[in-house]
Amino acid sequence: MLRYSLSVAIPVGGYGAVFGAAAVSSGFSVLQACVLSLFLFSGASQFAVVGVMGAGGSVISAIATGALLGVRNAFYGLRMAPILQISGVRKFLDSHITIDESTGVAISQENLGKDAMRFGFYATGIGVFVFWNFFTLLGALGANSIGNPATFGLDAAVPAAFLGLIWPRLNTRQARISAIFAVLLALLLVPILPPGFPIIATVLVAMIFGWNKK
Amino acid sequence: MNSLWAATLITSAICYLLKVLGYSMPERVLNHPRIQRINTLIPVVLLSALVSVQTLSAKEEIVVDHRLAGVAAAALALRFKASFPLMMLTAAIVSALVYRI
Repeated sequence: MLRYSLSVAIPVGGYGAVFGAAAVSSGFSVLQACVLSLFLFSGASQFAVVGVMGAGGSVISAIATGALLGVRNAFYGLRMAPILQISGVRKFLDSHITIDESTGVAISQENLGKDAMRFGFYATGIGVFVFWNFFTLLGALGANSIGNPATFGLDAAVPAAFLGLIWPRLNTRQARISAIFAVLLALLLVPILPPGFPIIATVLVAMIFGWNKK
Repeated sequence: MNSLWAATLITSAICYLLKVLGYSMPERVLNHPRIQRINTLIPVVLLSALVSVQTLSAKEEIVVDHRLAGVAAAALALRFKASFPLMMLTAAIVSALVYRI
């Protein structure tokens, strides 16, 4: 299972360098880039914050977009809560690594039971945290020498990783149909709604298909 | 506090609270069968949507480019039961090749 965690953490870590460089070229300091990776620690929200500010947007719209993109982590927490069974201090520490990657690896291990899911969650969450922060610093320091991620195929490797993680979960008709509707809804909403909305709107699809027992 | 620090710190705080919020739902709510069914589907729909948005969009527009070739190659690799790292490598290589053409 570590293979999954590392296969996810390494390319995502590489994106950390892209983030560090993007932050610095948007006018953020190296320290601010590192603070974002340490404390915001949610890739999509981080790119949104530096993107909006770099494009001359207002602080309010940077915060709003970043926060909207972070809403899905709350939904991941709902899914992980019964698996992790965390309370007290652990709740406040462990929730920080509740992101796309850790949840994705956890659900990819669903057929192996809760222990495997928990291990996948922590191995990936901690792995991504270490790589993401280390590479953010490198990227921020070497902002000018970071190439275009497309030349390394990094921009396809990351969605491919998530595809690989949901793949074993598409083993029921209900899951496959939900996934297809989620894809269609999200793509339909991309040109219409601001970033963040198209993805979290698909929670509606989960509600519709999960409402009655199939 | 300048605007960059404000954006950095306030977004970090909100996103952290959102993460904690997910773990703050009472157990009896989460144990409800309907909530359990919906909850199991949620990461599947969110991550499916994420894959499609990361593959087919750029700056709030639908864009078909090298990324789709890479992700399609990954789907093919998964279909033929390739290992996870091999699948990722396939996606990266195909996407990079198409990008350079």
